[in-house]
Amino acid sequence: MTAMSSVSIKTTIAAKPEFKFGKNKVSANNVNVFYGDKHALKDVTVNIPEKAVMAFIGPSGCGKSTFLRCLNRMNDTIPIAKVTGKVEIDNQDIYDKALDVVQLRARVGMVFQKPNPFPKSIYENIAYGPKIHGLAASKSDLNEIVEASLKKAGLWDEVKDRLSDSGTGLSGGQQQRLCIARAIAVSPEIILMDEPCSALDPIATARIEELIDELRENFTIVIVTHSMQQAARVSQRTAFFHLGVLVEEGTTDTIFTNPNDSRTQDYITGRFG
Amino acid sequence: MVSRISPAQMRSRRIRERMIETLLFLCAASSVLVTIGIVAVLLVESWGFFTHVPVATFLTDTMWTPLFDNPRYGILPLLSGTFLSTMVALCVAGPLGLTAAIYLSEFASPRIRETVKPVLELLSGVPTVVFGFFALLFVTPLLQATILPNLPGFNILSAGIVMGVMIIPYIASLSEDALRAVPQALRDGSLAMGATKFETAIKVVLPAAISGVAAAFVLGISRAVGETMVVAIAAGQQPNLTLDPTQPAATITAYIVQVALGDLPHGSIAYQTIFAAGLTLLLITLVFNIFGFWLRVRFREEY
Ligand SMILES: Nc1ncnc2c1ncn2[C@@H]1O[C@H](COP(=O)(O)OP(=O)(O)OP(=O)(O)O)[C@@H](O)[C@H]1O
Ligand SMILES: [Mg+2]
Repeated sequence: MTAMSSVSIKTTIAAKPEFKFGKNKVSANNVNVFYGDKHALKDVTVNIPEKAVMAFIGPSGCGKSTFLRCLNRMNDTIPIAKVTGKVEIDNQDIYDKALDVVQLRARVGMVFQKPNPFPKSIYENIAYGPKIHGLAASKSDLNEIVEASLKKAGLWDEVKDRLSDSGTGLSGGQQQRLCIARAIAVSPEIILMDEPCSALDPIATARIEELIDELRENFTIVIVTHSMQQAARVSQRTAFFHLGVLVEEGTTDTIFTNPNDSRTQDYITGRFG
Repeated sequence: MVSRISPAQMRSRRIRERMIETLLFLCAASSVLVTIGIVAVLLVESWGFFTHVPVATFLTDTMWTPLFDNPRYGILPLLSGTFLSTMVALCVAGPLGLTAAIYLSEFASPRIRETVKPVLELLSGVPTVVFGFFALLFVTPLLQATILPNLPGFNILSAGIVMGVMIIPYIASLSEDALRAVPQALRDGSLAMGATKFETAIKVVLPAAISGVAAAFVLGISRAVGETMVVAIAAGQQPNLTLDPTQPAATITAYIVQVALGDLPHGSIAYQTIFAAGLTLLLITLVFNIFGFWLRVRFREEY
């Protein structure tokens, strides 16, 4: 990254309105993740505020996705992964034996790096979650949920006339918005996004960023991104990871204009990574 | 110091290359030629048959008694036998094969998968004649002793059941390949929505792999249609127009072995029935393969 863009990050930051944080939605305490012998995440402790966007940044392989997957226990699906420590959502331990992981994931939605719509119709893509969780009592309820979710994801106008077409026939940006709509459809409280724009062109990216900004009103959003610009634009808090360690965490403002740690400083000015 | 390749050496290499290429082509061509030859013989001999027996009679007559004094040439009894035994086999192999495939692909740990799959495939190495006797000497008595006391000694049901067991490995193994080819991203997408593993397997992975699974079924059906020994041994070799699987009946293949083993005069109509039946079998298999191909195109995976 050049000096130019770090100047423009500062402009971006300066242009953002003041944000008032609410209470913490998620709090992680001394979270460690091991893949077999590999210690991928080391003693991560962080709080994630509700109804705000928190960005995770850091060089490739530093554990951002790993940490994100701790928050909806998707690491459970990786046989060699072992998680220790404590993650609480609304003060409830999500690694508690009594907790139903299915319900957890209905509360904590996820959007992946590569759009992964199901090879089903656009309608069925959205209806999938509500159906498995029994959220719609009738066909018309379901129609409403589908329409509302697509509207919130800003996709309704583009697809309302072809809901029965396959979701995989949409453009990359539309597919990603479909995946966001799919996540929204089960009314989660938190949405995790792992580099949601990395497979998209700048226009589709701008569209998703706008969307994230709108969604913040109702959802707690955690986004992993490799774009410093994006982190600066969409997030209110930022955490910087390096080699499995959470180096620094604070308001996006502080992280980008006045970081404490020299590693953070080096990273955001593009000296490594 | 690197010496340059001499022109003579280059020429000899080129000639050798050409010879190898020709040899490979001949090997490949020979299998095609043999196939064409088989089809040609089938067609010619069937032509002889159909000059004596009208196609309409062949397709609609309800009796198949070419060796009787008063011969009748209706393929329907053989078709019904083939259809019934195939259906019974599919009823056994379809659910079991698919369940095994889903288990292996979506639930089993890699260690279990690596052990079970070869064992399943071992099943297909058992000579079919063994399966035939198994049907006749074990399954039929078992059914007689338990749920069907009036079951005849020879019947389609036992033959079909055992044939089903025989094609489970095909259906399981091919379906498993199709399921495993579904990208992990789709499973992750579904699991992250809060779907269980089972819901993910049934509602996302299976539909995404449907064309491969359908192809596996069609292949299984093809194999059941062409299967010979089990039905020849356990189903009774009596052409019988019926839709009741507890009856004895003959399939096209069972008829062909039965008659081909006898000493029929070359060129007689009875002799030519073998080819007419063989041609019918070929056409059925062809239809299935085209159907499988159509399925594949129609439900092309889109992930
Ligand atoms: N399924 C896995 N099995 C084994 N090791 C893994 C697995 N997933 C991640 N790792 C390792 O854990 C470390 C952190 O990976 P992670 O994917 O969390 O990094 P990341 O910060 O998301 O990187 P990127 O920016 O490239 O996505 C890496 O060293 C990676 O090799
Ligand atoms: Mg990652």
